[in-house]
Amino acid sequence: MLSAAIFVPLVGAGVVALLPASWARRARPLAIAVAAVPLVLLLAAWARFDPDGGAGFQLVERARWIPTLGVSYAVGVDGLSLPLAAMSALLFVAAIAFPADVRGRPRTYFSLFLFLEAISLGVFLALDLFLFYVFFDLSLVGMYFLIAAWGHGDARRAALKFFLYTLAGSLAMLLAILGLYLATEPRTFDMVEIIRQQPVPAGGLGSALVLLGFALGFAVKTPIVPFHTWLPPAHVDAPAPASAILAGVLLKMGTYGFVRIVLSMLPATFQRFAPVVAGFAVASIVYGALVALAQTNLKRLIAYTSVNHMGYVMLGVAAAGSSLTGDGGPRAIALTGATVEMVAHGLITGALFLLAGSVWARAETYDLDAFSGLAARAPAFTAATVLAAFASLGLPGLAGFVAEFQVFAGTFAVYPVLAGIGLLGIVLTAALFLRMVQAVFLGPLPERWATWPDINRTEQAALAPLLALVVVIGVAPGWLLDVIDATAGRLVGR
Amino acid sequence: MTGTPGEVMHAAVASAGMDMPVGDVTPELVLVIGAVIVLVFALAAPRRRQPWAAALALAVLAATAVATLPMLDGGQHLTFFDTYAADDVAVWAKLVIVAATALTVALSVEWFRTDARHGEYYALLLLSALGAVVLAGAADLMEVVLGVLLSSATGYVLAAYHRSSARSAEAGIKYYLLGALTNAGLLYGVVLLFGLAGTTTLVGLGDELVGADSTALVAGVGLVVVGLAFKVGAVPAHAWVPDVADGGPAPVAAFLTVVPKVGGLVALARLVVVLPEAGVGWRPLVALLAAATMTLGNLAALWQDDVRRLLGWSAVSQSGYGLMALVALGRSELAVASLLFFLLAYALANLAAFGVLVELRGRADLDAYAGLARSRPLLATALGLAFASFVGIPPLAGFAAKLLLFGAVLDAGYAWLAALAVVNTVVSLAYYLRVVAPTWFQPAVEPLPVLGRWAAMAAVASAAAVVVVGIAAQVFLGSFEAARLLPR
Repeated sequence: MLSAAIFVPLVGAGVVALLPASWARRARPLAIAVAAVPLVLLLAAWARFDPDGGAGFQLVERARWIPTLGVSYAVGVDGLSLPLAAMSALLFVAAIAFPADVRGRPRTYFSLFLFLEAISLGVFLALDLFLFYVFFDLSLVGMYFLIAAWGHGDARRAALKFFLYTLAGSLAMLLAILGLYLATEPRTFDMVEIIRQQPVPAGGLGSALVLLGFALGFAVKTPIVPFHTWLPPAHVDAPAPASAILAGVLLKMGTYGFVRIVLSMLPATFQRFAPVVAGFAVASIVYGALVALAQTNLKRLIAYTSVNHMGYVMLGVAAAGSSLTGDGGPRAIALTGATVEMVAHGLITGALFLLAGSVWARAETYDLDAFSGLAARAPAFTAATVLAAFASLGLPGLAGFVAEFQVFAGTFAVYPVLAGIGLLGIVLTAALFLRMVQAVFLGPLPERWATWPDINRTEQAALAPLLALVVVIGVAPGWLLDVIDATAGRLVGR
Repeated sequence: MTGTPGEVMHAAVASAGMDMPVGDVTPELVLVIGAVIVLVFALAAPRRRQPWAAALALAVLAATAVATLPMLDGGQHLTFFDTYAADDVAVWAKLVIVAATALTVALSVEWFRTDARHGEYYALLLLSALGAVVLAGAADLMEVVLGVLLSSATGYVLAAYHRSSARSAEAGIKYYLLGALTNAGLLYGVVLLFGLAGTTTLVGLGDELVGADSTALVAGVGLVVVGLAFKVGAVPAHAWVPDVADGGPAPVAAFLTVVPKVGGLVALARLVVVLPEAGVGWRPLVALLAAATMTLGNLAALWQDDVRRLLGWSAVSQSGYGLMALVALGRSELAVASLLFFLLAYALANLAAFGVLVELRGRADLDAYAGLARSRPLLATALGLAFASFVGIPPLAGFAAKLLLFGAVLDAGYAWLAALAVVNTVVSLAYYLRVVAPTWFQPAVEPLPVLGRWAAMAAVASAAAVVVVGIAAQVFLGSFEAARLLPR
């Protein structure tokens, strides 16, 4: 079932790419249909998933691949990967369905999205480090092509920067993976086995270097300040659906890696450096919010709030890994909060970037100063944007609040000072989103936007499930927390 | 061990069929006889029949492969009084060489069609391949010399094969001058080592060089290493590579950046494993050569706008990655497997990249590549796959190669070399994308003439093999795992 969620879009990507030219118009409906298959499969997996089903992974599928090196094809889910994979599958359907200027190459465009969907799900479902790396690295290739071919502005430069930075991070991670691999006995890339063996004991230069490799790789991908400089240009110049995927799915690969690999396979080493990670996380929170506050470019603003939000995630992860003994309660809460934040940020920021795409399609500018009074002209657009913005700033009753509340509730027990500084970020994001909403939607409507068309049915249909989930998670998060909580508790050794 | 190596060789030839295991050198014999047949055919056949020499050469290569394959099950051993290796490393290297040569033949058919007298070109290719094969099997320094000279002498002619082209002649001359210098040095180094050890077999050297005079030892080893670095295209004898890539016939550039490298790297690997680690400190030396080669090749390629020179420098940097495997020999179980897998992955990717170049009639300006993805999607994909494999993007063959190489040097305690290779890999992405980006993201400037079906098929087949070998790595690694250097 999980393998089908990876291979159906992969095969679909090939089919869409090879459609005859006369079928090019049918590429989009076909791609939407194919993209929905993994979503259905993952919902079925969710139904079969037992949150308290004992230790380890469920719905595991295995096959031999390169036994000589201890490489196998293995996929499975736990309470961490299942919500992320399901969220990703949903966001891909929305992003693919969202109207986009495909510049006369619909087959390649939709094929790349399906390819990226398969790859992204692979990252979250993989239970073998070799397989994980294959997917992790391929995500760069897919996104590079999407930005470079369908972006605007200096898209090729932005795409190159993205590729170079994240490849450097990936390769640092590869060395770290090899460090883990060479320490296993017998040698294996199997995640379950490595988690069991804990092959690299804490202490000494070796364990620190392995941790550094992983930290670099994931910090670039997440991104954590100061490794974030690739992100703003990539986001600004990317086509909106690609931005939504980049922020909603690809950034999660970094934070997911921190939990899945660093926290699980190097817990004692991570514990030594957790305060440092927490410090970087708080720096991301504050710096991201401050820089976002100074932006007049809508997309750049959203991009920097991503840096800010990923800071919350990392703060929660650092708190979760801050100790190996003692009361696991707060640490489990922090980790649950971090996981919910990953899901919530995917939905919220995915929606925000799609909405930014609607803005570009109508105005060909992201300049906030160019807009005013759109509330009167475009009620649906206004409602969607305001809802997403409020969710992003952490308004109670919406998904972001549930996540951030738990992150801070957990972190205060461990790092009270850092958590206090981190709260500043929430205040700042509230200010900047309110300012953005005020600037774009209130005030007089300028003459040039007098015929501004509201978001159409397609756009609404793509956004509706994302925003609906943001509300549902905000009001009644129990179903999601149940799935995450048992795994989070196990990961912190509660 | 009795007699000088020369006498041993002589005896080997004289008594072939009596007490010598001729079966161990069947592939070499097939290549020699085949090359002679092709040469005779080229001399006798009228001009319009000259292209048939290509078919004949392909048949010879197929026969060589058929003769080589059963040796995988033949039990790994040294043969002809320890002068020649019949181990799996040699067998796999031969298979890679034969496959690369066959692809080169396919790339050459249309390229040389206008050359009225090109039948003997294929004989030269076969003899040059034989030189590399001998290098890959050499377990004796005299064999190394034989392989280097055969491979080089034919290589000079191949590089200058466009007789009326000044650039081709220049490439040949530059190749020759550097080759003459380093080959002379190689001979001198062999003499020094012979003087120290009283034998030229590698096994004998391993026994006799322990405690030898270290100045002479370092000088001898240094000269031999430089001689082989010339074949490999590694620092300090790398300078010919971009010139040949740029000026030589494009199919020849593909051949010379792959086949001698396979032979050279294997020969170098066999040499270093027998050296006394205390006497020469070869491991840091090779690590330094690897570091210098990959870094220099990459930095030079970074400034290239000429696709052919860029490919040449890229081939240099790839030699640096290949040398990483040697650093780990004897310290990591992954070393031999990483060497063989690297050679396989590199050969396929490089032939795919040069194959696309050949199919585009050797056009080296970036403008020619604009819009290729729309006009020739298969070629653009082949080029992209080849470069992605060089970078090490999974699941292509180059990824498994880099994974093994990085793993091997980390295992051997050379983390700094792995880190440097990572930095180099990131740098290399920038220049590979400089070629790939226009093919996808720019409209075509002008209609692009292509060469023909054979070259296109060879390029696309190589690229497809890069994918298949990467995913089906187990097929090869299962055998590489057991491959040994100099089994006794």
